[in-house]
Amino acid sequence: MPTYRFRVNGNAATVDSWDPDQPLLYVLRNTLGLHSAKFGCGLGQCGACTVLLDGQAVRSCVLPIRQAASHAVTTLEALPARIPDAFIAEQAAQCGYCTAGMVMGAAALLSQTPHPSLDQVKQSLAGNLCRCGTHTRILNAVMRVAKA
Amino acid sequence: MHAMTSLTRRGLLKSGGALMVSFALGAALPKRTIAQSAAAPDVDSFLAIHADGSVTIYTSKVDIGTGLATAFRQTAAEELGIPVERFNVIEGDTATTPNHGGTGGSSGIPRGAADIRRAAATARQALLDLGSKQLNRPAADLTISAGEVHPAADGKGIAVAALIGGKRFSLKVDPQAPLRDPAAYTVVGKPILRADVPAKCTGRHPYLQDLTVPGMLHGRVVRPASMGARLLSVDESSVRAIPGVRVVRVESFLGVVAKDEWAAIRAARELKATWSEWSGLPGSAGFERTLRESPVERDQVVVNRGDANAPKPLSATYYWPFQSHASLAPSCAVADCKESGTTVWSASQNPFGLRGNLAKVFGIPQEKIHVIYLDGSGSYGSNGNDDAAADALLLSRAAGQPVRMQWMREDEHGWDPKGPAQLLDIRGAIDAEGNITAWETQMWLPGGPQGDRALVGPESAGLAQGHGQNAGAMTLNTDPPYATANLRVVAHSLKDTPLRLSNLRAPGKIANVFAVEGFTDELAVAAGMDAAAFRRRLLADPRAIAVLDRALAMIEWQPRPSPNPKPAAGNLHVGRGIAYMRYKHTENYVAMAMEVAVDRATGKVTVRRVACAHDCGLIVNPDGLRNQVEGNIVQTLSRTLHEEVTFDRSRVTSVDWASYPVLTFPEAPAIEVALIDHPDQPSYGAGEAASAPVAAALANAIFDATGVRLRTVPFTPARVKAALA
Repeated sequence: MPTYRFRVNGNAATVDSWDPDQPLLYVLRNTLGLHSAKFGCGLGQCGACTVLLDGQAVRSCVLPIRQAASHAVTTLEALPARIPDAFIAEQAAQCGYCTAGMVMGAAALLSQTPHPSLDQVKQSLAGNLCRCGTHTRILNAVMRVAKA
Repeated sequence: MHAMTSLTRRGLLKSGGALMVSFALGAALPKRTIAQSAAAPDVDSFLAIHADGSVTIYTSKVDIGTGLATAFRQTAAEELGIPVERFNVIEGDTATTPNHGGTGGSSGIPRGAADIRRAAATARQALLDLGSKQLNRPAADLTISAGEVHPAADGKGIAVAALIGGKRFSLKVDPQAPLRDPAAYTVVGKPILRADVPAKCTGRHPYLQDLTVPGMLHGRVVRPASMGARLLSVDESSVRAIPGVRVVRVESFLGVVAKDEWAAIRAARELKATWSEWSGLPGSAGFERTLRESPVERDQVVVNRGDANAPKPLSATYYWPFQSHASLAPSCAVADCKESGTTVWSASQNPFGLRGNLAKVFGIPQEKIHVIYLDGSGSYGSNGNDDAAADALLLSRAAGQPVRMQWMREDEHGWDPKGPAQLLDIRGAIDAEGNITAWETQMWLPGGPQGDRALVGPESAGLAQGHGQNAGAMTLNTDPPYATANLRVVAHSLKDTPLRLSNLRAPGKIANVFAVEGFTDELAVAAGMDAAAFRRRLLADPRAIAVLDRALAMIEWQPRPSPNPKPAAGNLHVGRGIAYMRYKHTENYVAMAMEVAVDRATGKVTVRRVACAHDCGLIVNPDGLRNQVEGNIVQTLSRTLHEEVTFDRSRVTSVDWASYPVLTFPEAPAIEVALIDHPDQPSYGAGEAASAPVAAALANAIFDATGVRLRTVPFTPARVKAALA
């Protein structure tokens, strides 16, 4: 079985995958036991599976493991508390199934643009869906960090 | 977490230090009757005070992301005088929680919290009696605070845990137990932070989707290309190259299991199967006509007052399409089907109902099925979770191992039971003063015999089951909340439905208020009156007037007739709209005002501001309530602007987020919510009410902006552009 080496949350990881096209999401959840990234659509349409690949937000449900190899992956489990704390302060979750993807999307934006406008935040999260309608609070949470 | 088939309340309580016996109301009892049932429930079925002073609340009502569990903690903490941080909640476990009904119809607070409150109030009296003996003081001199029974005036107290910790109350819930005076509340009414939110924001919240049990396989189902197709043949060799895959076939039920989840997904995708042709659907294009022309099962006269033949010169027709719950997480379940007993982990909103249904369909004695609720994504009604549980059970029974079964996105959009389409004809009349002199609503909606909905997997597997339909209370709010002398409402429920029906948030009421409050706006226009003034003079209830006035003040409403006389700025028309309703005519008062911009060139509607005034009686947690109200508003804007389930003659064709789009962040409006608290009044549930006036307020604002009345949802750019042309 082919072996893939990459970094996950700062640590070296070596995983086997019978299929080089297996999306990163299943490796994270089932092989590495990191459950923050969620399966929502498997089509890269909803953002629930968002993680960082070398600091960029990617949809792990459509990213083949072979393409993640030798890159650095960050999941919400290892993200500094600054953004999650803002989400908690704003109580920016209902069911919370989209939340990890939202936080990771926000992390990618804020690392490039530390002080985005509200409109920039909206555009940046356009591909992250929230079905509960927690949009206002999520925007408030990201803006809380943006203005800090 | 691991296999829990043998876990009983007794075992759980032993490990938790408390001594109790398992308790459940008979599932044969009708729901929601716990307070009236002959056998009053035990306090111990709802509450356990442990030796360490912590408290567990047991309930069949589940917190599907609404903050309900936090409200339960506050309610019990208030009555018991024990700090809210010491409470935890066990939800929807058929072996350990009482069955006081499923979660739905916004009943979590008015019925669920009320049951818990009565149990806690009874427990409080027992604690005061115990304290009285220990402290040698009359119970009337004692109170409970900070987890201690102590004299109200002065003197030494005793910890609640020392009085009862780890022991049973052995008391029936006393419906007459004195309740704390709301004027003295210190916990209820406070914006206590939700206990589930921190773990959700740090990726550590345990979801059903994250559960693994020893020996677990991953399962996927293979649905037919046409909804009613039969499975003719399967070529198992088509997936032989994928490691560890087993094909499961039961009649026309087809699925795969594998140790590796990705292997199961690929196998389900690549498995070659031949299905019969089937084209029994009418198609969603022109479904409005299908509704009007199909055979009717029953005509229900919802309201009939005054002269049915009073003249009604004004008329309009409103249409609402089928919509999906479109849960962000595809439905999921883990099932472990063994001879000795079956365990099902599910995010169902009604774990006891699910257990009963699975027992019936699979022919397993109810006491040998243990359903355990775990959080999934928001479901907003009965989505595919119960179907997924049946799929998992079918796969586990065939595989002889526990199976985690998750639907794929196309399964969820394609096969979840749907919120029904609705067609409403309204006729009415006004007099010179702007009084509504006559009103008639005729509604058509898909239907069928009332009863348990057929589960998808068992249907394919040829298991005997009921084929009922139940979409919730669809016919409420079909008449205006305004003084109307001659009023008639008739609902025509059809014999059949192309898609299975289900309760989807605020069942029926969103479309009904869309039509009723849209037509009310049409009457105001016919009267040449300001839309808000027209409504206000026909309302008498001070709570109704209070929410209306509050919403108007928030949006800085300027009285004038619609449409907006101000000319468009380029292609951009700007307007405002108002809608008011009292949910189910007996619950929450909500008024909603909106400001919109409509681009004539593109047909794009931008909601700039939403102002909502909301009165649900006593507020348990204002921040949790505000979160829920905001969610209702945004989700219903999404349903109004974007959502329609499409289907051809064979299948649902809106099967992903591209073909069934929902509202995205760039469209998120500024929302202002005013919560009007009435601590002296009973709480109504807030899970749905603020949804109901959203579509009407939006349509009324679009009319004000453009002079064009939209009576068909969704308001897609193409539809708006065509209407403006």
